[in-house]
Amino acid sequence: MSATLAAVLQILALVAALALSVPLLGRHLARVYTSPRHLRAESAAYRALKVDPEADQHWRAYAMSVLGFSLVGILFLFAFGRLQSLLPLDGGFDPLPSDGAWNTAVSFVTNTNWQWYSGEAATGHLIQMAGLAVQNFVSAAVGLSVAAAFARGLARTRNQGRIGNFWVDLVRTTLRVLLPVAFLIAIVLVAAGAVQNLHPVHEMTTLTGGSQALTGGPVASQEAIKELGTNGGGFYNVNSAHPFENPNPFTNLLEIWAILVLPFSMAWAFGLIVKDRRQGGAVLATMAVLLTVGVTLLTWAEMAGHGTAPQLAGAAMEGKETRFGEAATALFAAATTGTSTGAVNGMHESLTAPGGGVALFGMMLGEIAPGGVGSGLYGMLMLAVVTVFLCGLMVGRTPEYLGKKVSRHEMVLVAVYILTTPILVLVGAAIALTAPAGLAGLSTDGPHGLSEALYAVTSAANNNGSAFAGITSGTPFWNTLLGLLMLLGRFVPMVVVLALAGRFASANRLPDNAGTLPTHRPLFVGLLTGVALVVVGLTFVPALMLGPIVESLS
Amino acid sequence: MSDLFALLRHSLAGLRVLVAATLLCGLLYPLVVTGIAQAAFGWRADGSLVTETGERTNDPDEAVGSALIGQRNDDEGLFYPRPSAAGDGWDTLSTYGSNLGPEDPDLVKAIRERQREIAAREGVPVGQVPADAVTASASGIDPDISPAYAAIQVSRVARANGLSEDAVAALVAEHTDGRTFGFLGEPRVNVLELNIAVRAQRVE
Repeated sequence: MSATLAAVLQILALVAALALSVPLLGRHLARVYTSPRHLRAESAAYRALKVDPEADQHWRAYAMSVLGFSLVGILFLFAFGRLQSLLPLDGGFDPLPSDGAWNTAVSFVTNTNWQWYSGEAATGHLIQMAGLAVQNFVSAAVGLSVAAAFARGLARTRNQGRIGNFWVDLVRTTLRVLLPVAFLIAIVLVAAGAVQNLHPVHEMTTLTGGSQALTGGPVASQEAIKELGTNGGGFYNVNSAHPFENPNPFTNLLEIWAILVLPFSMAWAFGLIVKDRRQGGAVLATMAVLLTVGVTLLTWAEMAGHGTAPQLAGAAMEGKETRFGEAATALFAAATTGTSTGAVNGMHESLTAPGGGVALFGMMLGEIAPGGVGSGLYGMLMLAVVTVFLCGLMVGRTPEYLGKKVSRHEMVLVAVYILTTPILVLVGAAIALTAPAGLAGLSTDGPHGLSEALYAVTSAANNNGSAFAGITSGTPFWNTLLGLLMLLGRFVPMVVVLALAGRFASANRLPDNAGTLPTHRPLFVGLLTGVALVVVGLTFVPALMLGPIVESLS
Repeated sequence: MSDLFALLRHSLAGLRVLVAATLLCGLLYPLVVTGIAQAAFGWRADGSLVTETGERTNDPDEAVGSALIGQRNDDEGLFYPRPSAAGDGWDTLSTYGSNLGPEDPDLVKAIRERQREIAAREGVPVGQVPADAVTASASGIDPDISPAYAAIQVSRVARANGLSEDAVAALVAEHTDGRTFGFLGEPRVNVLELNIAVRAQRVE
């Protein structure tokens, strides 16, 4: 079989797996976020935790809960990192330095999972399981909850800004969605070869008499939620390129599926929550179109293997594993940067120049193809509001989305949302490229060095977590800067989304009329795709010109 | 002030929920998965270790490595793995790719040198040295090489071990995996398992 045909079949197999699972999981998610009934275990948990599951929170209270929970998460993980050497199963590692502990705490709570450290050389089994992986679950649950609250806001009418109960969303997402699905994935991963044990590091004598350390750990359990929750923080330094995390092409496809399934399912659930499946379909179609473009371009770039080194070697195999090759690495790279995952099964810094550019652009789009768990949906809905607004301007009518009037107030909020990440990325890049401490972390200069810095700040501000990993980011400067970008890039947009959800929940629903722009037709999918590419994409063209584009042309 | 007070109140509720989540997702979940993994797939869960004779084992003291992890080859009569950028090479405590970009002059130089070196070692023209032989893997511990890289090493390994080229080529074929299900990933040869098989047939 030719390599191209195999690459195409690989993509089709992924599409088939998603097509089978997304409607099922989407329906399940919609029930989770709208059902008035609690499971018995959940009721018991609410009583024990002293939270009132029946309270219908105003958006401000919902946002306070999100912020309070995340604040505690950051403090807890910071302390965990600082104190790891005092706790059991520490692997004999030192405490994380304070700038590193701050960076890691923010990184995992914001669903970014940027890693300045090397897993096998800095973190013991306990902090991996009970510190980092816990945030893999709950930071994903927070993202999904906020997206669900936004969908409910759109679905409700004259509800005084009330959008649901954060604690109920959080508990249900964890118990009914993330834990069971992650458990199944983890078992399949071990069956296919991923490791799962609590052994300490053990030196082995190799076949030719050398020595090599055996680095075990609770890997499969963490790998499962890392992909499912679009987190991306690897147990090992090389993440899903490590054979213990991702042993063969089958686990590779399973992990790519796990990355994509919840963001797509959330779009499906959205249609059900607003009681118009076609609306969810339009959002899902837009995500799928953008992802298809990304996958196609990246696969082409890596298989064509342009550039001096790939041409000389005969293929773009630098930074890729033999078992995956160009096609399966490109597919993983497109999935991980189209979502907020940031796991990698190959080194992105060694991608071909156009391939690395596509990965970078996927993040710059705001990760909406199909985006992070929850954040992909609300990011796309923000762009949908921009789209109806622009179309309204063209025909001179007050725009509306799902019968909710979009006036000045709403547009101010959307504008803040749309501008936050570009400002963070461009200002962050400017600081990093002018400060000596920023430049000191770069592994190379010229266009590729610029791409490396740009990739780091883009990854942080968009909560992705992948890197052009030649960068030395474990310094106080980079840890602090990227920590701030991750924090602001997560919570400023989130609060704006909740505020907008509150406004929509308070508003009346206007009946459709002849002048209403239908938001479920292919025309709208086309408009939305165009808006995503133009409004967001163009912001970054000058920066991309100086980095990957110059490198591609050289 | 009232906002700060509200945030504190929500944070306290958050702390209770976080503690519960830590117990459930951070301890119970990984420990249950570990228990099931150890009971049902013990060999894999412990790292797919193999002994000098190719037997499966769970005891790292008996093992010569993991079938999943590439290792340094110090025996000129055996198959070589791909170049490694993990620490000083194949260091599992420092897994790493080179992270050199496609236009990086150091990478271009390294590829040229490896091509010359391997061509001389195997006695083949530079044009026959495949891409995976001259590029560092992503993990630095890639267990596999391409069938093409195995093929150019057959003649040297056969000579060094007193075996016929056909016999070594047969061993390579035996340890070659095609694409999974015919279309996933790439065809590959597991170097450690192949080298164990070569040593078993070696004529001393």
